[in-house]
Amino acid sequence: MRVIGLDSATQVASVAVVEDDKLLAELTFNMKKNHSERLMPMLALMLEEINLTLDDITGFAVAVGPGSFTGLRIGLATMKSLAYVKDKPILAVPTLDGLAANLEGCQGIICPILNARRNEVYTALYRWTGNGHRRLTKYMATGLATLAKIIANEGGEVTFLGDGVPVYREALEDLIPQARFATSGNSICRAAHIARLGLDMLKEGQVSDYFSLEPLYIRESEAEVKWREKQQNGQSI
Amino acid sequence: MKAKKGFTILALESSCDETSAAVVVDGTEVKSNVISSQINTHQKFGGVVPEIASRKHLENITPVVEKALRQGNVTLEELNAIAVTYGPGLVGALLVGVSTAKAMAYALNIPLIGVHHLAGHIYANFLVCPNLKLPVICLVVSGGHTSLILWKDHGDYEMLGSTRDDAAGEAFDKIARALGLGYPGGPLLEKEALKGDPQAIVFPRAWLEEESFDFSFSGLKSSVLNYLNRAKQMDEEVNIPDVAASFQEAVVDVLVTKTVKAAVEKGIDTITLAGGVAANQYLRQRLLADAKRHGIKIICPQLIYCTDNAAMIGCAGYFQYLQGKTSDLNLNAIPNLALY
Repeated sequence: MRVIGLDSATQVASVAVVEDDKLLAELTFNMKKNHSERLMPMLALMLEEINLTLDDITGFAVAVGPGSFTGLRIGLATMKSLAYVKDKPILAVPTLDGLAANLEGCQGIICPILNARRNEVYTALYRWTGNGHRRLTKYMATGLATLAKIIANEGGEVTFLGDGVPVYREALEDLIPQARFATSGNSICRAAHIARLGLDMLKEGQVSDYFSLEPLYIRESEAEVKWREKQQNGQSI
Repeated sequence: MKAKKGFTILALESSCDETSAAVVVDGTEVKSNVISSQINTHQKFGGVVPEIASRKHLENITPVVEKALRQGNVTLEELNAIAVTYGPGLVGALLVGVSTAKAMAYALNIPLIGVHHLAGHIYANFLVCPNLKLPVICLVVSGGHTSLILWKDHGDYEMLGSTRDDAAGEAFDKIARALGLGYPGGPLLEKEALKGDPQAIVFPRAWLEEESFDFSFSGLKSSVLNYLNRAKQMDEEVNIPDVAASFQEAVVDVLVTKTVKAAVEKGIDTITLAGGVAANQYLRQRLLADAKRHGIKIICPQLIYCTDNAAMIGCAGYFQYLQGKTSDLNLNAIPNLALY
């Protein structure tokens, strides 16, 4: 079984191919450049270098979010279309699951955080179980103070990673003095994990529909939120 | 570049609030043209919300493509190229179409053709008139554009003039909103104007400099808004159909006069229309009458090809392909893309 993974949820553009237990290739750029310009050429280059075509691929795994709305849409539109044309399974891997997989064997709580702006992060808590990561919370967009409380309730050590770290590191150190932070190379989204987790999902039959798969946005659009607030205020008056 | 007979293009359009896919054969034979409108989604916001439009496009695009292929009775393997709008438009909306088109072109190993949205509107004239002979004058009027173009040859445009402020369609939408007619304003205002007297109120026409083919609608818009405000302050009742008709008259007057003048000055015997406002029947009638007096022929795309649709992109894409203008996999969405 061969699965292509793709992650474009953050500034990082990453594509990979796994073949059963083996990572065949991974191409990752951590530079500000449009995903739209870069992703397809990266994917084409990667397959060419390992002498594979899309016909050799069993499934398409994509990081579905949370993350940058635009980045997610580029990734999903790309992978849904590949899966559609080749009529192969598409596998929806949450971005945070892929990120947590960067820290294997890590003691205590693993807490990936992605910058969600408006002083919030996209996050979920995980623990290493010996042969995978167990997610302890739902996927959420939350402020740091709330996150610190959730972590305190779980207890024990915590290691943060993700593109929220450079932005919120100082604030987190103030809230959680014993907090640890992954080194920057282990802090970025990597398609190798998306591909591997996707392959696991494929084996378990957790396949999504390439017609209807949507990002895990977590947040509604601002216009929707404002409209509802207006409706509620209107009703209360 | 040569294209074999039966050259089949799948075209995608997602620049604003319609998700559309079409199958077009040999440039002008429309096998299918599926348009999924988001009007109902955006109605409650009084206009298009970019983030919501982008979300809807992603939700719609693959089913719309599948429907276009099914209706066109074409399989994926029979496609010879993919054409897609890559600008101008809402960037997040464009990106859905562009990303889809690139992945499909790569997976099918066929050429990708990035098409300018306005080129699509302009080429819609080939769908109604496949033997159209260039050069022609083209009046492009939509919610985002008002331009007079000398369309010299395939892919060769000379901009004679364009709006210096609001697009004509934008003015229609704003006045429709001020009159409480709702969204989308253009068609609703036109309907209201049918019941009114176009001579009831004299709103200003911006002719600009003698030799200029540019347009300006912000002065007219302000004048109508002032008229409404004054009436409100004086507690006078406003005759909405009269305001709508008089406003429309002012817009159409300028559009028609300048377009016919451009054709006469440049010695061109055919005028073509393009863009959403080209669906306005009053504009069509007035242009037809005025052009006839000068022996000028008018060509108007069918209504369905005036508003945003993918068939027009497939048509423009075909002629672009014949010129060898295809795109690479690094094609990006360009929100403010220039026509040339």
